[in-house]
Amino acid sequence: MLKVLWTRFKQGHRTMEYPAGPAPELPARFLGRPKLDAARCKEGCPGCSSVCPTGALSGGKLDLGQCLFCGACAAACPEKAVEFTREYRMAARRREDLAVQGDGYRLAEALEAKSRQLFGRSLKLRQVSAGGCNACEADVNVLGTIGWDLGRFGVQFVASPRHADGLLVTGPVSENMREALLKTWEAVPSPKLVIAVGSCAIAGGPYRGHPEVHDGCGKFLPVDLFIPGCPPHPLTTLDGILRLLGRIG
Amino acid sequence: MAQGLVLRNGQAAPLSRVPILAAAEFRHAVLGAVGAGSRLSAFFGRRLAGGGVGLLAVLADDAEGVLSVLGAQPAESYHALTPDCPQAHLFEREIFEQYGVSPQGHPWLKPVRFPPRQAATCGTMDFYRVEGEEVHEVAVGPVHAGVIEPGHFRFQCAGEVVKHLEISLGYQHRGVERALLGGPDRRSVHLAETLAGDTTVGHGWAFCQAMEALGKAEAPPRALALRAVALELERIANHIGDLGALAGDVGFLPTQSYCGRLRGDALNITAMLCGSRFGRNLLRPGGVAHDLDAKLAAEMSARLGTFGQEAASAVNLLWDSASVTGRFEETGLVSLEDCRKLGLVGPAARACGLSLDVRRDLPFGLYRYAMIPVSSWHTGDVFGRAQVRWLEVQRSLQFARELLGSLPNGPLRREVPDLRAEHVAVSLTEGWRGEVCHVAVTDAAGRLGDYKVVDPSFHNWFGLALALRGQQISDFPLCNKSFDLSYCGFDL
Repeated sequence: MLKVLWTRFKQGHRTMEYPAGPAPELPARFLGRPKLDAARCKEGCPGCSSVCPTGALSGGKLDLGQCLFCGACAAACPEKAVEFTREYRMAARRREDLAVQGDGYRLAEALEAKSRQLFGRSLKLRQVSAGGCNACEADVNVLGTIGWDLGRFGVQFVASPRHADGLLVTGPVSENMREALLKTWEAVPSPKLVIAVGSCAIAGGPYRGHPEVHDGCGKFLPVDLFIPGCPPHPLTTLDGILRLLGRIG
Repeated sequence: MAQGLVLRNGQAAPLSRVPILAAAEFRHAVLGAVGAGSRLSAFFGRRLAGGGVGLLAVLADDAEGVLSVLGAQPAESYHALTPDCPQAHLFEREIFEQYGVSPQGHPWLKPVRFPPRQAATCGTMDFYRVEGEEVHEVAVGPVHAGVIEPGHFRFQCAGEVVKHLEISLGYQHRGVERALLGGPDRRSVHLAETLAGDTTVGHGWAFCQAMEALGKAEAPPRALALRAVALELERIANHIGDLGALAGDVGFLPTQSYCGRLRGDALNITAMLCGSRFGRNLLRPGGVAHDLDAKLAAEMSARLGTFGQEAASAVNLLWDSASVTGRFEETGLVSLEDCRKLGLVGPAARACGLSLDVRRDLPFGLYRYAMIPVSSWHTGDVFGRAQVRWLEVQRSLQFARELLGSLPNGPLRREVPDLRAEHVAVSLTEGWRGEVCHVAVTDAAGRLGDYKVVDPSFHNWFGLALALRGQQISDFPLCNKSFDLSYCGFDL
């Protein structure tokens, strides 16, 4: 018993100050939201789009929904027309807002007043993993650890869809998970939300175009929040959820 | 020793040198090798250019430190290996599902992944049933209670006691092996890194090493050292996370809380190296994409030092708490004999007393030059699997810190030439769950004609099913976490 107490004392208080205080430090090599300056592009240069693993770059636009944040485009560009910034804020409300052009970007806005009243201080989510690689799930789980303590915002993952206010979906929606995802969705009482986390759930991720998957959950569910990344950093996910609830921004 | 083509780990050879035997001789050779102590690392079908489906087996001889590859002539059916060699059971189901080649006499020829092009709906099959008045069935999944991957578990229970557990997966099937064919291309390495997201380095390394073997270009020593740092960091992060989750499953909250945070610290140290907490975009065929300067290496090492102290204080609480050890001990037992028969790998096998580790037995990359001690235990229960994880965390910490202090100089990456045509390469790594095996075969144009991935979970899921026999069903979460297997790595 004394040892347990002593260990408790040594381990200290670890919950971060964010969002009241500064955001946790991101690694120096972190690749955040890219910016694109098409004016720098040389005529006929295939550079970036020919190396992108998912075809996220075309016509002077970068689709953050498809982006795996591998950095291949920036490394291939001799003109520095594509660069990855250290900006972690990336969540958007509409699929089309994920298109990056220049350095402007429309971040997620809060839910309208009525939904905010319902969910703003208590949001229970059912997570459905639908065909990905389990990295998104792992970094969503991290939000439950004492460092992030998602519970202090009233956000919680629940075991039953009947207890949930919405779904947090990861994975490209494999054909083998389609029915289970839809049944889980039907089991959530209305009004309800959908949060798509990671490039798989938004656009299929590295599996985009495979006949075994459906290139994201947008085809089946009305997505309220898109959180890009492969996987998104926990800070990107938390920022997105708090923006949706009108807790920051 | 099997009568196959002998390869070292990470070596390629012309496909024509693989002996192709008639089905009966093939069976005899594989059974003989397994009987003499080899393990079936991979066993799969491949559609031949001349028509028909041939079989290819990779046997690992841990004592000799070599791999043996042998093939069987195409046939529509053959005498199943499973009745005499239980570790072949899922491989034979897979071959039947993918190619329709029928293993005659297989005791349980059920679907493995339910590929959507076929008629069966995922999870819809006859489950093994235990009959009796007091027997009832419990069905769990595919959607589970936590933030975890999907899978279906069917328990046959008498009262609270599990008589049998059958595990039906395939929900995460996303066609990765198939998509690798015709490559390598710009997406291949990303597919390899996401075979199992928590084993990005383990699978990424196996893929890169296979490409390097086929292209005849070895990654430079500095790259191999950085890969080993990343692989050990991956092991540390996952093991410490599991120890925390095991504590949570027996309601011991202090260690659960501390380890949950510590896992994040380990992931952040990986991100110092490559920007990604999961080690994405670090390994590339021919080497690595990120370097460390002395200052960053020293900082990573210092953070690992602090991590080690905090992890020890968090984890040692487990062994000092009777309420924890009482729940860990003799729960989820797997005997050494069953472990050998099933061909279990990784910490699950080492916890049964089987001293088995690709890093020592079939060394690859840096592990050919630097030794890391193998950690094993003898009890085969949840306690054993937890102990092995903690021993490995400590040894990996020491190993990674030593490496960070003595990184070899030189280039980071070497160009990999075009792959040699009609060659076969076998590439194994020791991921945190155990042996990761990739087998690559090139076609006449030097493109990937066959690509087989065997995640350690493929060997180990049945171990979990056996561990549950005779247990209280309420101990399932604890037993499950003690194996902590991958759904996506299995489903591919």
